[in-house]
Amino acid sequence: MLQPPTLPTNYTIKPGHIKTSTGKTIRTEEMIVNMGPQHPSTHGVLRLEIVIDGEIVRECIPHIGYLHRCFEKHAEQMTNYQQVIPYTDRMDYCSAMTNEWGYALAVERMLKIEVPERVEYIRVIMAELQRIASHLIAVGTYGIDSGAFTPFLYTFIDREPILDLFEMTCGARLLYNYIWIGGLSHDLPPKFIEQAKEFCKYFRPRLKQFNDLLSYNEIFVKRTANVGVIPKDVAINYAISGPQLRGCGVDWDLRRDDPYSVYHKLDWQVQVGKGELGTSLGDCWNRHMVRMREMEQSLNIIEQALAGLPEGNVKAAIPKRIRPDKDAEIYVRTEGSRGELGYYIISDGTASPFRVKARGPAFVNLSVLPEIARGCMLADLVLIAGSIDIVLGEVDR
Amino acid sequence: MDIHSLLQAVQGFLTNEIVLAVILSSLPLIFVLIYVLFVLYTEMKLAGHIQDRVAYMRTGWHGVLQNIADMVKLLLKEDIVPDKADKLFFRLAPYVTFAGSYAAYAVLPFSSIYIGANINLGLFFLVASGSLVVIGILMAGWSSDNKWSMLGGVRSAAQMISYELPTSLAIVIIAMITGSLNLQEIVKFQDGGIQNWLVFGGSLPLQQKLFLLPFTIITFVIFLVSSNAEINRTPFDLPEAESELVQGYFTEYSGLRFAMFYLTEYTNLFTVFAVAVSMFLGGWSSPFGSFMSGPVWGIFWFVVKTYVMVVVQIWVRWTLPRVRVDQLMYVSWKVLTPWLLFCLFAVGFILVI
Repeated sequence: MLQPPTLPTNYTIKPGHIKTSTGKTIRTEEMIVNMGPQHPSTHGVLRLEIVIDGEIVRECIPHIGYLHRCFEKHAEQMTNYQQVIPYTDRMDYCSAMTNEWGYALAVERMLKIEVPERVEYIRVIMAELQRIASHLIAVGTYGIDSGAFTPFLYTFIDREPILDLFEMTCGARLLYNYIWIGGLSHDLPPKFIEQAKEFCKYFRPRLKQFNDLLSYNEIFVKRTANVGVIPKDVAINYAISGPQLRGCGVDWDLRRDDPYSVYHKLDWQVQVGKGELGTSLGDCWNRHMVRMREMEQSLNIIEQALAGLPEGNVKAAIPKRIRPDKDAEIYVRTEGSRGELGYYIISDGTASPFRVKARGPAFVNLSVLPEIARGCMLADLVLIAGSIDIVLGEVDR
Repeated sequence: MDIHSLLQAVQGFLTNEIVLAVILSSLPLIFVLIYVLFVLYTEMKLAGHIQDRVAYMRTGWHGVLQNIADMVKLLLKEDIVPDKADKLFFRLAPYVTFAGSYAAYAVLPFSSIYIGANINLGLFFLVASGSLVVIGILMAGWSSDNKWSMLGGVRSAAQMISYELPTSLAIVIIAMITGSLNLQEIVKFQDGGIQNWLVFGGSLPLQQKLFLLPFTIITFVIFLVSSNAEINRTPFDLPEAESELVQGYFTEYSGLRFAMFYLTEYTNLFTVFAVAVSMFLGGWSSPFGSFMSGPVWGIFWFVVKTYVMVVVQIWVRWTLPRVRVDQLMYVSWKVLTPWLLFCLFAVGFILVI
C-alpha cells in the first residue's frame, strides 16, 4: 500500500492569492503530486513526491526502497565468496559486468591474488562493452524522457550485438556471472574477437547518426541546456561520480586516477563536459554528451585491448576454499558505468564474508536530485531524473 | 400492404428532410472511421520503419487487421469510472471532444459538389468548433480526479488557446487574398493547376503573385506548425506527454471512452490538414489543371493531399523530441504571431497596390 504523501518536516504548503482583472482574489495553493512508483519516466520504481506550484517544482523528495532485495545480507549468508557474484549482477542490472568485476577485484586484492594478463584484458573488453550497453540504455531512455521515442529503439538495436557477444561468451544476456574471483568462468569463444571488431566498426557511424538525430537536435538542446545545473562544488559535496561528475567539468575517472587492471597501458581520454552550444557545465545536455563521448572512448579501449590480447590461462591459481585472514578488510573502488562502484568487505576468517557493503553510484547520484530539482519545471524534472541515469536495482539493492 | 406502398413509405421516409440530413451528415462519419483505421495502420507501419523494425506482422497480411482487433479489444474492455470522479462530466467529456472535432467536417469541401454545409463563415465555424474540443479536454482533465489529468487538461487549454491566434491570423490572411471565408470559394479560387495554389500566391495576376509568394509560403509553414500544436501532436504533445503526465487528460479513461479520445485525436489530425490543404494546396482541385479533375477526382485529390500531409506529420512525430511549456508559449507569442502580423500587413499592402 502507498503511504499518504509525507512532506519534509521543514516544509509547509504555501497558500497564495492571485488578483484577477475584475478585482476578485483567487486563492491558490501548492499541490502535492506523487510521481511514481508506477510512472513511465521514473526509470523503475522510484517514487518522487513533488510539491508543484502550477508547473514549477518547489520541492522534490525521492522515496526509495521499492526494489530492496537485501543484497548485503544475502552476501553474508553465502557459504563462500564466489557465491556472492550472481547477487552483484542483480544490483545494477544494466551494467552487470562492471558490478561483478568490482567485487571480484576486491576479493582478489584481499587475498593478494595476481590474475593472468589475459584475464585483465578480457575483463577490460567486457567492462567497456558493458559500459557502451549501459550508456546506450541511458541515452535511449533519455530520448523517451524528452519525448522522442525513436532514439530509444535505435539504441536497443545497437545494444543487441553487444548482448550477442556476451551471450556467446557466457550464455547469458543480462546477468552474466562471468567474472569470477581469480579469473573468468570461460575463455573467449573462437569467433568473439572477429565479431567484437566488427561491432566496433559498425558502431562508430551509428554514434554519429545518433548524435545527429538527438544530441544536436535543436529542440533537444533547448530542452536540456541549462537545466538541472549541478555546480562543481555541489557535485563534489554530494560525492557524485561517473558521467554526472564529468558533465560538471570535474576531470575525475577512477580508471585513470586510481588505476586498476590494464587501463594505464591503453590510450584513451577521460571525457569531460565542455559546455558548448550555449549550454552550461553541469547541465543535462553535458551529462548526456559525456555519455555519448564515453562510448567512443570505450570503443577505442576495446579495439586496443582486442589487438593486444595476450594468450594464456583465464584462471589464476586460487585456493579451493577462499578464506581471507581474520579481520581483513578492504575497500576497492572501480569505475562502473554510472560512477564509483565500491565494495567494502570485512572478513571474519570463515569462508563467507562477515560484511559486504556496496557503494552504489546510482544511489549516491540520486541524492542530489532534491537539491537541483527545486525551482525547475515539471517537464524538466523528468529530464533531470533521466540525466542522473539511475538504476533502481542499484539504488535499493 | 403490398410492396408498392412499402417502397413508397421507404421513399417518403428517406426523402424526409430530417432523415436526409441525418444520413448526409453521417456520411463523413463512415469516412472518418475508415480513414482512422487507415491512418492508424500507416502511422504504426511508418513509425516501425522509421525505427528500423517491421511493426505489426501477425494479424492478417502484414498486420492489416491489427487495428480492427485493437478496436474490438477497446470496445470489450471494462469501462472504469473512478470513484471520486465527477461522473457526469467524466462521461460527457469524450463525446464533447469528438463532437467538436466532428463538427468541422460540416464545412470541409470534399469535392466541388460535396460539402456538408456551404456556409459563408466556413473558416470561422472551423475555429469555433475547434474551441469546443478544448472544453471537452478541460472537462476530462478536471473530472478525472487525477492531478496528472488536470495538469494535462490545463496545459491543453493554455496551448490550444494560444495557438488559435496564429491559426486565426493565417485564416485572416487567406480571407484577405481570396475575399471569402467560405472554404468552397477558397478552393475554387485555387482551381486550375498547381500554380494557382494559395501557397504559391493563388490565381492572382502574375505580378501580384510574385510579391505575395514569400508571404504565403511563410503563412503556410506557420499554419502547419500552429495546427500541429492545436491537435497536440509532437513536438507539441504536452497535454498528453507520456513521460511527464502519463497519458495527460485521458489517463483515467478506458474502453469505449478512451477509444473516443483516440478517435478524436485522429479526426483532428485529418481536419487540420484538410483545412491546410483547402486553404493552401488547392483542396479538391487537380494539380494538373483540367487533367484528372472533376467531382469524383475531387474527392480523390482532397483525400490524397491530406493523406500526404498526415504522413509528413507522422514523420515529424517520430523524429522530434517535445518542447517545454514555456518554449511552447514562446514559439506562439513571440515567433509565430509577430511573423504572421508582419505577413498580414505585407499582404494587405500588396493587395491594395
